[in-house]
Amino acid sequence: MIAERQESSEGLTIRPDDSGHSNAREKTEGTGSVGTEKLTPELTDFIIRWRDKPGNLIMVLHRIQETYRYIPRAIAFQVADLLRVPLARIYGVITFYHFFRLKRPGRHLISVCMGTACYLRGAEDLIQELETLLGTGLNTVTEDGEFSVEAVRCLGCCGLAPVLTVDGQVYGRMTKEHLADILAKYGGQSLSAK
Amino acid sequence: MANEKIRVQINGIDLDVAPGTTILKAAQQVQVKIPRLCYHPDLPAWAACGVCVVKVEGSPKMLRACATPVGPGMKITTHDPEIYQVRKSVLELILSTHPNDCLQCPRNGNCELQKLAADFGIREVRFEKRVAEIPPDTSTPSLVLNPEKCVKCGRCAIVCQQMQNVWALEFLGRGDQTRIAPAADVLLNDSPCIKCGQCSAHCPVGAIYERTHAPEVWAALQDPEKHCVVQIAPAVRVAIGEAFGFEPGTLLTGKTYAALRRLGFEAVFDTNFGADLTIMEEGTEFVERFVHGKGTLPLITSCCPAWVDYMEKFAPDFISSFSTAKSPHLMVGAMAKTYYAKVMGIPPEKIFMVSVMPCTAKKFEISRSKEMFSSGLQDIDVSITTRELARMIKASGIDFANLPDEECDSLLGQYTGAGVLFGATGGVMEAALRTAHYLVTKRELEDVNFTEIRGLQGVKEATVRFGGHEIRVAAAHWMSNIETVLNRVREARKKGTELPYHFIEVMACRGGCVGGGGQPYGADDEVRRKRAAGIYQDDATSAKRCSHQNPYIQKLYAEFLGAPLSHKAHELLHTSYQPRPKYRIA
Repeated sequence: MIAERQESSEGLTIRPDDSGHSNAREKTEGTGSVGTEKLTPELTDFIIRWRDKPGNLIMVLHRIQETYRYIPRAIAFQVADLLRVPLARIYGVITFYHFFRLKRPGRHLISVCMGTACYLRGAEDLIQELETLLGTGLNTVTEDGEFSVEAVRCLGCCGLAPVLTVDGQVYGRMTKEHLADILAKYGGQSLSAK
Repeated sequence: MANEKIRVQINGIDLDVAPGTTILKAAQQVQVKIPRLCYHPDLPAWAACGVCVVKVEGSPKMLRACATPVGPGMKITTHDPEIYQVRKSVLELILSTHPNDCLQCPRNGNCELQKLAADFGIREVRFEKRVAEIPPDTSTPSLVLNPEKCVKCGRCAIVCQQMQNVWALEFLGRGDQTRIAPAADVLLNDSPCIKCGQCSAHCPVGAIYERTHAPEVWAALQDPEKHCVVQIAPAVRVAIGEAFGFEPGTLLTGKTYAALRRLGFEAVFDTNFGADLTIMEEGTEFVERFVHGKGTLPLITSCCPAWVDYMEKFAPDFISSFSTAKSPHLMVGAMAKTYYAKVMGIPPEKIFMVSVMPCTAKKFEISRSKEMFSSGLQDIDVSITTRELARMIKASGIDFANLPDEECDSLLGQYTGAGVLFGATGGVMEAALRTAHYLVTKRELEDVNFTEIRGLQGVKEATVRFGGHEIRVAAAHWMSNIETVLNRVREARKKGTELPYHFIEVMACRGGCVGGGGQPYGADDEVRRKRAAGIYQDDATSAKRCSHQNPYIQKLYAEFLGAPLSHKAHELLHTSYQPRPKYRIA
């Protein structure tokens, strides 16, 4: 019943408001700017190659996140165009799966495992401590753009609980006391000195 | 095999049902009402709410009646104390995330959740209150999204995606963070939304509703400087009665006119007159394009503003196919502030023109482009829905059901059977064919009924022959059907083969305007059929059934407009289109 669209230009155009009926009000998030990121030729080829294969959307989005470390809004529009799927479907998927990030993370991404084992062994304390050390909450970026902290589900090494990763490097059996040193390794001295 | 019925038992009653029938529908056959919240007969079962759970013998858990087809020999229990408790808990959970400010809610009195809470006798909610704090989206002139009240039934998103193929709304997030909103955090007005309002017509609660313009109407009616005039759309007269206890489809034109006068309007016009006028323009346009080869074929109707918005966003390759004729209420608006003003000697700036429509998109249409200001002022000041008018009548203490019938003001009110047809799918086409026949052959039709383009089938096609011509027509309604029709034309254009159609009618809502997004709540196909029957009854009993026979239309052309497609007609009665982006983001 879901009809395929003929043209799928999700139509990114500068707001041509001649209609005189825009009652748009301010909203905290706002419609904002779309961003300037452009799909690389490699990604474009990749998407076109997978265009008609079932189940392609999540795979393409994984690839996008590998490249940009998040799903930039402008890229989401371009993917919708290329895959000929409504933008709404893309946002349905990327807001459903915690894996996908909608905001650009800091240069170093700290992922704290909140799987059952890590949770029981104090992962929440780690997150709290990181928030204190970095002065910023979950899923945000430190002022200097260096760090982001996110909570993830089981990383698959419960024997090392509680676990966190920094840019993919695994740190096991963590306690609050380890964290300042780890941040320092990634250039975070100035922060812990704050 | 497909015809073999399955024997099942519901609450001890044996019955035979067709394979594939859901438990919910089977129960209806033996007069058992299973409560439901997310289920809507227009839509595939989504099984989101869990209110319709039943027991099936042999099943370890309760099953959702809306989404479970019956199986042979199934023994089903729909009501017992345990099931009641489960359903009640589900309702309490929903209520714990709901503001429960029913007295101030636009759905007060016709909310499906409120009704369930009443039916279940809920007096307390055992769960901690957790209402999402998301601000309402009031960006469109047509609709308000109020996510606080959303029960996540999913109807609006499914309607928007599957019935309408617009994809303005989507489920975002998951779990208790789920919300329904446009993608990419844009406002609804910057999304592909076509303002059809089917989301609001299907929302069971007050999470999506029409943006009301009744306060502006009240203010104008109180203003001694204003000369308030009003018009009602064809589909309003067969549906407004539902708000006052009438059966759907009851024709209440005279009572509606009377109610409008009692509200204080100084002149009551009828959009059906505008429909007759539209037919004069659009019918002539068709003859120009079809017989004289001036302009693009197929000609596509443009009376439906949601369809116009859709076309500009999704199918701009059809712009040149579009009839440039304005929709009927806009024509009445333009005539009220020019012709009527002149005849009555009233300064146009004093005239306050209200249109009562079955539609939320009309609110957007009245200022969609510069042509909507053809009289030098905004031609229609305010457009309200059937629902808003019903509320205004109630607020005024008018005993609608017992009102005597009144007549409209003839100058812009008298209509033919063709005019009223605009309220149902296929009706604009039928009305246009009646007049096109006359324009081409100079003879009147013996039988004016084109029954093959009536009814609720998504796409209706017909071949009509007159004056040595063969005219292929199609009428499509509920937006997801239109792409098929357009694709056939695109294919013929690409291959350079003969066009599949010469004339296409499109209405965005299922059933046409009778099923419009601004109509009284509770429409399903049965209601739509009844409302359409009221429309066809009005046509069948009209003395004149072709727009060109309307004496007041003839008078209007003779005294004011000249001829169809004249310079003056173009200035006042026609519009233009432009491609628009689906998402408006700077």
